[in-house]
Amino acid sequence: MSFINDPIGFLAEWITNFLSGFLPEAWVIFIVTLLGVIITASFGLIIVIFLIWLERKIAARFQDRLGPNRAGPYGLLQTFADMIKLITKEDVVPEKADKLTFNIAPILSVVAVLLIWAVVPFAPGWIGTDLNVGVLYIAAVGSFGILSILMAGWSSNNKYALLGAFRAVAQLISYEVPMLITLMVPVLLARDMGMMTIVESQNLWYIALAPISAIIFMVSSIAEVGRTPFDLIEAESEIVAGYHTEYTGMKFGMFFAAEFLHAFTIGVIFAILFLGGWRGPGAEEFRLLGVVYLMLKGLLGYFIVMWVRSTLPRIRIDHMLAFNWKFLTPLSLMLLVMTAILDKIFGDTALRLPLLLAGNVLVLFLGWLALRWASRRQTKTRRVFKKRPVAKPA
Amino acid sequence: MTVEQAVFLFTSFLILFSGFMMVTRQNLVHAALYLVVALFGVAVIFVLLEAGFLAVVQVLVYIGAIAILMIFAVMLTRGDVSQEQEPVNANFGWALLLAALFCFGLIVLIGQWPAIDSQAPALDPEADTVLDLGAALVSPDAYVIPFEVASVLLLAALIGALVVARPQKKNPRSAK
Repeated sequence: MSFINDPIGFLAEWITNFLSGFLPEAWVIFIVTLLGVIITASFGLIIVIFLIWLERKIAARFQDRLGPNRAGPYGLLQTFADMIKLITKEDVVPEKADKLTFNIAPILSVVAVLLIWAVVPFAPGWIGTDLNVGVLYIAAVGSFGILSILMAGWSSNNKYALLGAFRAVAQLISYEVPMLITLMVPVLLARDMGMMTIVESQNLWYIALAPISAIIFMVSSIAEVGRTPFDLIEAESEIVAGYHTEYTGMKFGMFFAAEFLHAFTIGVIFAILFLGGWRGPGAEEFRLLGVVYLMLKGLLGYFIVMWVRSTLPRIRIDHMLAFNWKFLTPLSLMLLVMTAILDKIFGDTALRLPLLLAGNVLVLFLGWLALRWASRRQTKTRRVFKKRPVAKPA
Repeated sequence: MTVEQAVFLFTSFLILFSGFMMVTRQNLVHAALYLVVALFGVAVIFVLLEAGFLAVVQVLVYIGAIAILMIFAVMLTRGDVSQEQEPVNANFGWALLLAALFCFGLIVLIGQWPAIDSQAPALDPEADTVLDLGAALVSPDAYVIPFEVASVLLLAALIGALVVARPQKKNPRSAK
């Protein structure tokens, strides 16, 4: 094992050898694991600084502006300036707030996102912990995020914050359903729930075998992050700023950072499940290349999130719920059953790809029929107003 | 004492402590949050027993459900959730007696169980517990009938919820 091929493994081995000289084995394992945890968590937190700059730049291009351009070259230092500003701001806690819950909530929101990175396979052999229930773990950890939002909204003792939290729970729990169902599609195709196995089994990227599932996953993930068009939980024109109305300074900054990191994380999860993760030419040989491939694919997913964000307006809350329960959930259930049957019968034959694609197209067609039917029905039941006399100039 | 024992002791203490706090809090939301801590502790115990699947499901089902429970606590209780109320009423003595009897009965029952001081067989490190669990759930020799009955029950609950929530159509004849 050389440094070029596997720098992290090389360093881990070196540290293990160095520490075993004067420490018992249990301590060595503990220290090396702790170092791994610190590196993975810091990686996530440091990348946020870059992501915020990137998002502001790209959103600016979408809106025909320049974006941050004063601090440092291309405004690269803008985020650092903002961070210093947030840290030095006065920390205001509302007098009637529930102090402990109020302070735990922002920490929990960051933790909930960072926990996902524990099962992200960066490169062959580079994974925090290769759980055999990795995919389910991602969904489970998401419920901490919901909890943190509800804690923040309730403990602020502010009616707008509470309304935002209620909206958030309605939205996140609803969109968890199609997200979980589409998460099962790569699991079916790989016949395993471990993230590493899912990546390794993608000789053909799963987006080719399950394109509609990939799109549904992307849509419901955007809803899980609560970004436009699903940002009703912090709709400024209706409920001030939603659940983080009362937060100031770095506590607000933590919610902000968690949202950005979550948006990028769903891009990475999308890349792992549907775009082949770290796979690419030379990734087996030079593991750092695998990390580069994963990050590039993750940024592609992140770019789609930003693209949707800058393009679509916010949708109404009843439309948001109806779209989930009446369209996405039945569609994803159909896809799951279709994939399960076809993949069980034709999984090992050459017919797998064409048949699965045909099944996807069929489900898409059915979905289109349902949408067309719904839109016609809506035009029929449109309220007709009585004609009123128009004022005419005399 | 091994690391596992230390973690087990700490987690058990945490579960007991937050369980106690949960039943004694006057504020409903605080009680729900302590319940989260207790249920999360149970998930940690599952991890210690190498039941990763159960641990993840515990977090997924319970902590997600607690959020809904908290919403109901806020929506269905009158006025301020944090109002101070005496959690003890006149039946306190009877409840204490019943709980003590039940606890005593459980201890006696478990003490008589022959497997209480036998060592659990070590898990086969090669075995994939998730795979075995999945196969057992749909195998006719194992749990396929309970599994299907549970599915039918859940489906019935879903349909029942839909029927209850459905806006009643006005009868066109009675409307006239």
